[in-house]
Amino acid sequence: MGVELLVIIISAALISNVVLSRFLGICAFLGVSNKVDTAKGMGIAVIFVILMATAVTYAINMAFLEPTGLFKRDLTYLQTIAFILVIAALVQFLEMFLKKYIPSLYKALGIYLPLITTNCAVLGVALTVAQDYTDFVKGMAYALGTSGGFCISIILLASIREKLESNDIPDSFKGKPIVLVMACLMAIAFTGFSNLNIG
Amino acid sequence: MDSVVIVSSIVLLAIIAIVIGIFLGVSSEVFKVKVDEKIVKIRECLPGNNCGGCGFAGCDALAEAIAKGEAAVNQCPVGGAPVAAKISEVMGVEAGDTVKMVAFVNCNGTCVNANKAYEYNGVKDCRLAASLPNAGEKLCRNACLGYGTCVDACKFGAMEIVDGVAKVDPEKCVACKACIKACPMKVISLVPYGKKHIVECSNRDKGKPAMDACKVSCIACGMCERTCTKGAIKVDRNLAVMDYNLCDDCGACSEKCPRKCIS
Repeated sequence: MGVELLVIIISAALISNVVLSRFLGICAFLGVSNKVDTAKGMGIAVIFVILMATAVTYAINMAFLEPTGLFKRDLTYLQTIAFILVIAALVQFLEMFLKKYIPSLYKALGIYLPLITTNCAVLGVALTVAQDYTDFVKGMAYALGTSGGFCISIILLASIREKLESNDIPDSFKGKPIVLVMACLMAIAFTGFSNLNIG
Repeated sequence: MDSVVIVSSIVLLAIIAIVIGIFLGVSSEVFKVKVDEKIVKIRECLPGNNCGGCGFAGCDALAEAIAKGEAAVNQCPVGGAPVAAKISEVMGVEAGDTVKMVAFVNCNGTCVNANKAYEYNGVKDCRLAASLPNAGEKLCRNACLGYGTCVDACKFGAMEIVDGVAKVDPEKCVACKACIKACPMKVISLVPYGKKHIVECSNRDKGKPAMDACKVSCIACGMCERTCTKGAIKVDRNLAVMDYNLCDDCGACSEKCPRKCIS
C-alpha cells in the first residue's frame, strides 16, 4: 500500500506534471511566478485548496452523485457544477483565513488568490479523482502529488525568472514571451521523467 | 431521465448551496478583520480610477497611507482641492492652502532655436537618443529631445510635442510627475499653476558653448540675478534658477534677459 501511494504521488508530481505535461493551471503558473516568495505562497495555497477540495468533492460524489448514493440515481453529470460550487466556497474561505492570519501573503497573492477558483488544476484534480479513484486514500495521494507538482513547477519557474531579471533579453522577448519559452523548456525537461522506472 | 433525477438534482444543488452559504456567512464573522473606518471613508472620497498618479499602488494603498499619516491629505493629484477638503474632514485636519503645481518643460530649444550636432534618424525615443554621444542630436546637452517619451508617460493627455519640444497643457496637468520620472534629460519640473515668468532653459554651459548650442540658452551672465529685487532668481551652476516662493512674477528678469530664455 505504502509503495503504491508513493508511486501515485511521484507519477502525479513529476511524470504527468499538472502544468508541464497536462497544461492545467497555466494562468496562475504564468501570473504569480515573478518572485519565489509569492510563488511559494501560491503553491502552498493551491496544495491546500486542492487537498480540501478533493476531500470534500470525493465525499459529495460518493454520498450523492454516484448511483449508490443517497438518491439512488446516477447524478454524476452534476459533478462539474457541484465541484465548482465547493471549490469557489473553499477559496473564499481561504481568502478570509489568509486576510486574518497571514495578511502579507494575502497582499502578495492579490488578484490571483480569487483566481484559484478558476484554476482549472483544482477542478481537474477533483474530477479525475471522482472519476478514476474509488479509494479515498489513493485519491488524496493523487491530489497531493498533483498539487505538489504544481508547487514544484511554479517555484522552479519563479527561480528562473528571478535569474532572468538581470539578463539582457531582446526587446521582443521581454515579459511573457521569454516566460513561455522558459515554460516550454521546462516541459521538455520534465518529459525526461517519463522513463522513470518506479514501482 | 425520470422526474426523480430532475428533482433530486435541484434539491442536491440547493442543499449544497445553502450549506456553503451558511458556512461562508459564519466564517466571515469568525475571521472578520477590523478595517480602520478612516480607510474606508477616505477610500470613498478618492476618485477610484487607480491611476497611480499619487505614487502609491492605487486608491486603496493611498487611502491606507493617508489614514496612517504617511501621505498628505492632498496627495491625490486627480481629485485636487475638493477631494483634499473631504479627506481632511475625515482626518480632522486642515487641508491648508496648497498651491496647485503643474509640470513645465524647462527648454525652448525648438527646431529653429537649437543647433544640431548631427542628424539622428534612429528610433524616436528620448531614452535611447539620450544614451547617444552628446546626449541626443541637439548640440545642447540639457535640451528637450522632443521624441515624446513624456507624452507616452502622461496618462492625462496633458503633453504634446510642438516644434521639437514637449509642451505641457497646464489645464490638463495633474502634477503626477510621471513625465518628470520618464524624462532622461531631466528638463521637466513642477511650477506653480498660472506662473507667467519661468526660466525656459536647462543648459549648464557658460558663455560661448551655451551661446553656440541654442539661440535662447541661459549663458549664466547673471543679469537676472542683478535685476531681481526680491532675490528670487539666482545663477546656480551656470543656470538661472527661480525660487517660486520669493518670486512675485513681476517679469523684470524676463525683460532684462539678453538671451530671452525667461518667458
